[in-house]
Amino acid sequence: MSFEKSKFHHPRLAVNDLGLTYRDYEGSLSTLCAGCGHDAISSAVVQACYELSIEPHKVAKMSGIGCSSKSPTYFLNKAHGFNSVHGRMPSVATGANLANRDLTYIGMSGDGDSASIGMGQFAHVVRRQLDMLYMVANNGVYGLTKGQLAATSDKGAKNKAGEQSLFTDIDLCVMALQLGATFVARSFSGDKKQLVPLIKAALSHQGFAFIDIVSPCVTFNNQPTSTRSYDYVHEHVTTAAIADYVPVKKEITSEVADGESEDICLHDGSLMRIHKLDKKYQTTDAMQAIVDIERHKKQGEILTGLFYLEPTCSHFHEMNNTNDTPLNKLNQDALCPGSRVLTGINNSFR
Amino acid sequence: MTNSINYNSSCTAINDFVVRFANTNGTGSASANNMFAKSILRMGIPVSAKNIFPSNIQGMPTWYEVRINENNFLARRGGQSELVVAMNAQSIKEDITSVKSGGFLLYDSSKQLIQEYIRNDIEYLGIPISAICQKEYTDPRQRQLFKNVIYVGALAAFLNIEFEVLKSLVADQFKGKEKLITPNIYALELGYQYANHHFSCPLSIKVERRDLIKNRIMVDGNTATGLGAVYGGATVVGWYPITPSTSVIEKFASYCDRLRIDPASGKKNYALVQAEDELAAIGIAIGAGWNGARAFTATSGPGISLMSEFLGLAYFAEIPMVLVNVQRAGPSTGMPTRTQQSDVLACAYASHGDTKQILLFPESPCECFEFAALAFDLADQLQTPVIIMSDLDLGMNDHLTDEFMWDDKKEYNLGKVLSAKQLDDIERYGRYLDSDNDGICYRTLPGTHPDKGSFFTRGTSRDEYAVYTEKSEDYVKNMKRLEKKFATASNIVPKPEINQTKPLAKTGLIFFGTSSHAINEAQSQLQEQGLTVDTLRVKAFPFHQSIEQFIEKHNNVFIIEQNRDAQMKSLLSNELSIDPNKLLSIANCDGLPLTSHYIVDGILSQLSEQLSSKQAG
Repeated sequence: MSFEKSKFHHPRLAVNDLGLTYRDYEGSLSTLCAGCGHDAISSAVVQACYELSIEPHKVAKMSGIGCSSKSPTYFLNKAHGFNSVHGRMPSVATGANLANRDLTYIGMSGDGDSASIGMGQFAHVVRRQLDMLYMVANNGVYGLTKGQLAATSDKGAKNKAGEQSLFTDIDLCVMALQLGATFVARSFSGDKKQLVPLIKAALSHQGFAFIDIVSPCVTFNNQPTSTRSYDYVHEHVTTAAIADYVPVKKEITSEVADGESEDICLHDGSLMRIHKLDKKYQTTDAMQAIVDIERHKKQGEILTGLFYLEPTCSHFHEMNNTNDTPLNKLNQDALCPGSRVLTGINNSFR
Repeated sequence: MTNSINYNSSCTAINDFVVRFANTNGTGSASANNMFAKSILRMGIPVSAKNIFPSNIQGMPTWYEVRINENNFLARRGGQSELVVAMNAQSIKEDITSVKSGGFLLYDSSKQLIQEYIRNDIEYLGIPISAICQKEYTDPRQRQLFKNVIYVGALAAFLNIEFEVLKSLVADQFKGKEKLITPNIYALELGYQYANHHFSCPLSIKVERRDLIKNRIMVDGNTATGLGAVYGGATVVGWYPITPSTSVIEKFASYCDRLRIDPASGKKNYALVQAEDELAAIGIAIGAGWNGARAFTATSGPGISLMSEFLGLAYFAEIPMVLVNVQRAGPSTGMPTRTQQSDVLACAYASHGDTKQILLFPESPCECFEFAALAFDLADQLQTPVIIMSDLDLGMNDHLTDEFMWDDKKEYNLGKVLSAKQLDDIERYGRYLDSDNDGICYRTLPGTHPDKGSFFTRGTSRDEYAVYTEKSEDYVKNMKRLEKKFATASNIVPKPEINQTKPLAKTGLIFFGTSSHAINEAQSQLQEQGLTVDTLRVKAFPFHQSIEQFIEKHNNVFIIEQNRDAQMKSLLSNELSIDPNKLLSIANCDGLPLTSHYIVDGILSQLSEQLSSKQAG
C-alpha cells in the first residue's frame, strides 16, 4: 500500500530557486517499519533535490525489488518511477538513460538486489559509466522475506534468528572502485549531515556515482550481534572525507568542521568541496581508497565519506557519441532513411 | 581415375537440380559458394541456398546446398544431389553417398580417391585443385582461398554459367578493393579452362538463362530484420551474442553506421549496448521502451528462457518493446546451428502467471523487413512486447524474396501517449483507466509535465491510478482488461493469408514462417495424387477469427510445423473454439529445413490411415 500525504502546508514555507518548497519534493507516506534507515535516505534525497533546485519531474526513479526498492515511492512524487524486477534495475536504468539523456536518474537498490541477484548487472552498469546516482541501502539482511542473511553481512555476524554469516562479505564500494566508478562514497542513513551533501555531490557528478549507505533494519538486523545495527554503526563509524557541492557563483558555506579542504572544479564551473578529516585520505586514488577501506574493516571500523572522485570523466553517451538530442525526441525524418535509400539497398541484393 | 565419362545413365536437367558443396569450415568457402548461388540468380533463374554448418569456427565439415528450380520450388529438396562438390577429405565417404545415381562428383584429384568409396553409378569430375594452387601461388592463405574460386570457375564450365556473370560478381564483391579483382578472375579462369580442356562441357545438367527473377532480391532474413528495425525507428538496442540471432544486431549496427548519423553533428542517432547477458539485454530494451524510445533485442532459444521474467514484467507493466527470436533446435543448447520452430509455446505464454505475448511469424526476408518495422508500431499501439518469430533457416540463409518496400507517406504509430497539453486538459490522470474500452490505456513519459501524469511503473498489482494495491477486485479488473487488450490485438496484427478453392477443398493446410516454403511444391505433388488442398498461413498470434472459420469449414486440417510436439497445433487447440480432433499434425524436428516430401508423405499416410480405419469401422 502507499498513502498520499496531505498537500496542506504552511503558507510561508521557504522556496528554492525554482520557487518550489521542500514539500514539492516529498513522496507518499512510507509503509516501511518505523525507524527504518531507508526512510532517512528518502528524506535525504528530498532535501538534496530541493537544495539543488532539481525539477522533480525531470528525475526518473529506478529500482529493483526489496524494501530498498520500495523507497522511491517515498520521495519525489512528481517524478516517474520504475520498480522493475529483482536485481535488474541497472539494465532498466541503462535503457531509460539511453532513451533520454536529459533526465536525472536515481537508482535505489539494496544489498540483496545489488550484491546477490543483481551482482552482474551492478558490475556492468559501473563499467558502462552510466550517468546516474546509484544508491544501495545496505542493511545486511533480507527484510521483505523476513531476516535472511545478505551477502554484505560481515563474516561472523549473526542475524536475529541466530544464524551466522559463514562466507566472505561483499564490499560494493571496493567493487565499484575496482570497476572504475568515477564517484564512490559510503555513508550512514543516521548521519544526515554527511549524507545530504554526498547525495548533492553525487547528483551533480556527470558520470556514474555510487553511494553505499549503511541503513539499519530495525526489525530484522538491529540486535547486538549485528554489525549493521544503529548502535554498532554509531560506535564504529570513521569518516575519511566529506564532499559538498557548490553551485556556480554561490558562496561557499559548509557545516562541516574540516581538517583540510580542497575544491575541485566541475565541467560547468561549479565546485566540489572536499573536506578531509584526515590528511592521509585522498579522493583521487582509487587503489589507495580500497586499501583504506580494508584497513579500517580489519580494525572493526566502518569507513564512510567520499572515497573517490574523478571530476572530468566520460559517461556512456560521451563514449557512445550519442546525439545531444535525446533519442526519444528524434522524429521520423531523423530515424527513417526512406524509400530512395531502400532502392539502393535492394539493388545490392540482386 | 580417368577422365573418361559415360553419359548413358547420367542425370539430365535444365534449371532443375541441386548442387551440394562439402567444405571444411573456416576455409573461406562461404563467399565462393555464395558467388555460385548468386551467378544463378543473375542468369534469371530462381535459386535457394542452405548453409548446413557446425557450431564451430574451424576444421569441421560444413555443407552448402544450392537448389536451382524454374518453378520456384525453392525449399530444401532433400534426398541426393545431382552434383556434389567434395572438398572435404573428412566427409568424402558420406559426400559420395549423397550423389544421386547418374549424378556427378567434383573433387580434388590431386590425391586419389579411396577405392572402396567409389560408386559405379556416378560420374567423377576430377580437378587437381591443390596441385594447381601449389603451382600458381606461394602464400599458403592464397593456396587455400583460391581453391574455392577455382572450383566455382570449373562449375561455370560444367553447368553453362556465363563467365561474364561471374566476372561482374567478382567486381561487385571487391568494390573498393580493386586489386583483388584480377587475381580472383584469374583463379576462376584456371578452373574454367581446366574443365573445358579435360571434360565435355557443359554436362547433361546445366542452366539456361531465363527472366524469372523480376523484382526479387536474394538476401538473408537477419539482414532484413536489422534493416526493418532501422526503418521502424529503433534507437536503443541491448543484446547478447547468440547464434543464430547475432547478425540481426550486426546488420542493424552496420546500417545505422551508414544511415543514422546526425548530419549536423556527426553524432549517433542510436545507442547499442552489448550487455552482460540476455537478462540485461531485454532490461535495456524495456527501460528504453518505458522512456519512449523504440527499442529491441534479438536472441535465440536459451536467451528466450532467460528473458522470460522480464517479458512478464513488460506484459504486466505494459511496456512496448520488440524481441526478435531467431529460433534454433532446442531444448537447452540443443543443435545451435540447426533450424526449428520450437519456441512457439514458450513465447506465446512467456513468463510466469497468466501471460500472453504478441507473436509475428515472417515467412521471408521481405516479411522480416516489413514485420520488424511493423512490430514497433504494434508494440507502441498495444503497449506490450512484440516477438518476431524468425528461425535459423530464414535468418541466416539467403532466400529469393520480394524486394523491400517502404511507403514514405506512412507515419509511425506511437500509440496513446499524452502530451503536457493533453494532461492539462485532464482532471485526474489514471495510467490504467480504460477510457476507450479497448483495453489500451494512455501512458505518459517521464519529464512530460511538472505536476501531472507521473506514476509508478511496477510489476506488482495496482489500481487504475497506478497505486499499489492488493485488493482482489482491482487485480481481477486489471487482468480482465489485459485480456481485452489481447482481443483488440487480434484485429490489429497481420491477418492470415488464405487460399481456398471453389468449392472448398475437404482438406486444409495451416502453416507459418519457413514451413510455408515447401507448400507450393507439396500442393503440386498432392495435385498429382488427385488431392486438392486449401491453405492458410498464420502470420500472427493472437489468432484472427478467420483461422477458426477456416478450421470449421474443412474436414481435416493439417498443421505443418518444425518441432516435435506440434506446438502450433496445441496453441490453436488451446486458443480457439474448435474440435481439436479435426487437427492433424505434420511436425518435423530434425533441424533441417522442411521438405515437400515430408509434408506430402505425412498427409497421404494419415489420410489413408483415416480411410482404412473408417472402412474397418
